[in-house]
Amino acid sequence: MLGLDADRLRADLNRLLAFLFHQGILDEQYLQLQQLQDESSPNFVSEVVNIYFHESEKLLRNLRSLLMDREFSDYDKMGIHLNQFIGSSSSIGAKRVRNVCVAFRAASDQNNRAGCLRALELLEHEYCILKNKLHELFQIEQQRLLAAGVRYPMLN
Amino acid sequence: MDKGLPAKREITFETELFGSKTFLIYVEPVFSKAGETIGINYMGIDITDQVRKRERMIKIREEIAVQKAKETELNRTIHITEETMRAKQMLATMSHEIRSPLSGVVSMAEILATTKLDREQRQLLNVMLSSGDLVLQLINDILDLSKVESGVMKLEATKFRPREVVKHVLQTAAASLQKILTLEGNVADDVPIEVIGDVLRIRQILTNLISNAIKFTHEGKVGVKLYVVPEPPFAKEGSQHGSDGSTANQTTTNVPKEETCTSTSQTSSDQRGFHGKKHEGSCQNRSQSEPGTPVMNGKIDVTEEQAELPETTVWIRCDVYDTGIGIPENALPTLFKKYMQVSADHARKYGGTGLGLAICKQLVELMGGRLTVSSRVHCGSTFTFILPYKVSLSCDHSDDSDDPDDLSDMDDHGDSDDDATNGFFQFQPRTLGSLFSSNGSSRTQKLLAHNIGHVNSHKINGFSENYCSFPTSNGQAKEMDLVEDACSVAEALEISSEPECSFSHSPDHDSESAICRGRRHHNDVNGENKVSSIDVSTYSETSREVDVKVKISEPQLPAERQGRSDSGSQSTLNTSQEVSNSISKPKILLVEDNKINVLVTQSMMKQLGHTIDVVNNGVQAVRAVQCRSYDLVLMDVCMPVMDGLQATRLIRSFEETGNWDAAAKAGIERPSPSSDSLQPDCTPPKHIPIIAMTANALSESAEECFANGMDSFVSKPVTFQKLKECLEQYLP
Repeated sequence: MLGLDADRLRADLNRLLAFLFHQGILDEQYLQLQQLQDESSPNFVSEVVNIYFHESEKLLRNLRSLLMDREFSDYDKMGIHLNQFIGSSSSIGAKRVRNVCVAFRAASDQNNRAGCLRALELLEHEYCILKNKLHELFQIEQQRLLAAGVRYPMLN
Repeated sequence: MDKGLPAKREITFETELFGSKTFLIYVEPVFSKAGETIGINYMGIDITDQVRKRERMIKIREEIAVQKAKETELNRTIHITEETMRAKQMLATMSHEIRSPLSGVVSMAEILATTKLDREQRQLLNVMLSSGDLVLQLINDILDLSKVESGVMKLEATKFRPREVVKHVLQTAAASLQKILTLEGNVADDVPIEVIGDVLRIRQILTNLISNAIKFTHEGKVGVKLYVVPEPPFAKEGSQHGSDGSTANQTTTNVPKEETCTSTSQTSSDQRGFHGKKHEGSCQNRSQSEPGTPVMNGKIDVTEEQAELPETTVWIRCDVYDTGIGIPENALPTLFKKYMQVSADHARKYGGTGLGLAICKQLVELMGGRLTVSSRVHCGSTFTFILPYKVSLSCDHSDDSDDPDDLSDMDDHGDSDDDATNGFFQFQPRTLGSLFSSNGSSRTQKLLAHNIGHVNSHKINGFSENYCSFPTSNGQAKEMDLVEDACSVAEALEISSEPECSFSHSPDHDSESAICRGRRHHNDVNGENKVSSIDVSTYSETSREVDVKVKISEPQLPAERQGRSDSGSQSTLNTSQEVSNSISKPKILLVEDNKINVLVTQSMMKQLGHTIDVVNNGVQAVRAVQCRSYDLVLMDVCMPVMDGLQATRLIRSFEETGNWDAAAKAGIERPSPSSDSLQPDCTPPKHIPIIAMTANALSESAEECFANGMDSFVSKPVTFQKLKECLEQYLP
């Protein structure tokens, strides 16, 4: 019930963020998101990111089913999905995911199926990393909040 | 003999007559004058008794030695224990001493928080508050533990409502929930409305268990289940274990002349369970003081003095369950030990000091119950505690101020209200359902409407399960006030969900007037032109006055408000709200199909102080422009149905030609001219700044944007800086 380690948690949080920035997994856009979180929307970042996960997984499923289809030829459709993915990834600052998407789109523009498959693998991989790291981030944040948030009833 | 020296020895003989006897034999050789051994002198003394005595002495000495050793050990232990007790006592005292000034600091910080502060100050203050809180928590935990251990913990006996406690604890937890979890609470119907127990401690236990559950659950749900069980085997009939002694005095004075009725009729002074204390205070004044006879646990009527007011003990079991990571079997035995966490890894990953469960267990056992756990790794865990609660069976009389001492069992069975027995709550993570609503205020209204609508249906459904959906975060209401209003309304909803209030005399009257007010308000919003933010606050204020806002039935909620409204109609709503430009806020339209981008952009605009309308494709954009004059349009380029370039072209053609023929050709019908339409066709339409939001795709080159009529472009991702520059440049 006690979160004595609030300081440690904050340090952990900062360390993780620094790591993510350093690795290029996240970029400054994520900081913009954080700025949007305040008293009137205290869970903004996690809400947006959760929606992003939801949407992205849909997109990934669509992309995969498109590519798995042997008679696939609708690169335009794939391009549309990718545009969506690029847009949302860049909006939350998911740099690496976005970059892979851009490469993916290039392959798609050239109708390069093999290239697309490779890019999809890479994309799924990068997305997994991102998701895990962000979950970790939220976990730490959650602990910190719980520790800080549960006001103890004053006993006499 | 060989040596020629005398010798003495003890030899034991066995004799037939006397048993074994011991003789001291002295033999000496006798020498002749020449020195030869010629014989021996043989002497024997019977020393049997002495030998026996000697042996006994030895034994006794041994025993004494052992005794002495034991004593020394004991003394040492006592000494250590005393030292420990003293140390604990000192720790408790010091903690106590530390607590007062610390809570002073925290209180001051809280007061400071209510004053006007800028952003930085507020952040600093928040850190202060949370740090202070943490230390206070720690101190209180230490004190608790030492109190419980030293046996001086006094348990209270207050009347409270279990359903309320459960709901409240879940609400608190939901409010700071970062993960997507469902929190649910289920109180069985046979659980009495009010019980007597130590509500503070029970709440503490519940909070602890729930926050543990949340901590270790990453998806799924966390819930509380309360139900009555028959007396468990570990309780002893009529015994005075557990909550005796310490509770005795308090319970006896609280018991008599109580005003509870398990059949729910409520009194006005009894709004909330934990006002029970206040209630008791007044009770104590009125009631005769009972001698401090210990109260027995068990289903027997209490004592002769209280013969008029029988009491029962009901055993209620509480399961706190989750779908979390579970606890491995080998960790179960040490779970409740102090300072133990499941593993070092856990401690590092999840934090905490490990005091929580130990305290819970001690508290539960002190109250006469048991705390157990069952778990499956990766599936979830369930913590269960069973506690006895007293329930006063006497029926209450209506607690109007006229007759406090009246012992007559006049019932006020009148409105046995469904809400008081409402036992099912669920808190879903707040889904951003109002994704495409354009301004925060309408969202708040939606929230209100949402809550009201639900509670209303809940009234209709009676005892059936009810779904009170409380958002886990209060959404992006426009200002703090709005949020607070929403909160207070939501709270008031909660309060008045048990209308044992004094309004119970004339609920219909009040609700009608409330309905009227509500309806009138709605008409206001729809027809007249008030700025929406003010609307909401007025609404909340009138609601606050009424105090029975719950009963506002609003089935006629405009369909637009619920769920994801078509932004066309949404903008219609907004149009009517903001038509009279007494306060001229710039009207901004965002055309964007990507949900995330919408969220982020909207939020940024909100922070910059603007509310925006949102549409999702070119067609909707054109329609929106047809309905309303905007000061600025942010147009995403790549969109389904109709992209931004074409939409811009159509808008520009309207500006140039004054008609919407091009749009009609493209398939967009002009909406029938309604009172909503603001632009009389005679005046030339003014040029709307349209900013492209490009994602650096090949088809979004700057030239192309300009060629299609855009004024400028902003590259994604959208940042504060870009938006600010844009606004500065294009808004008057």
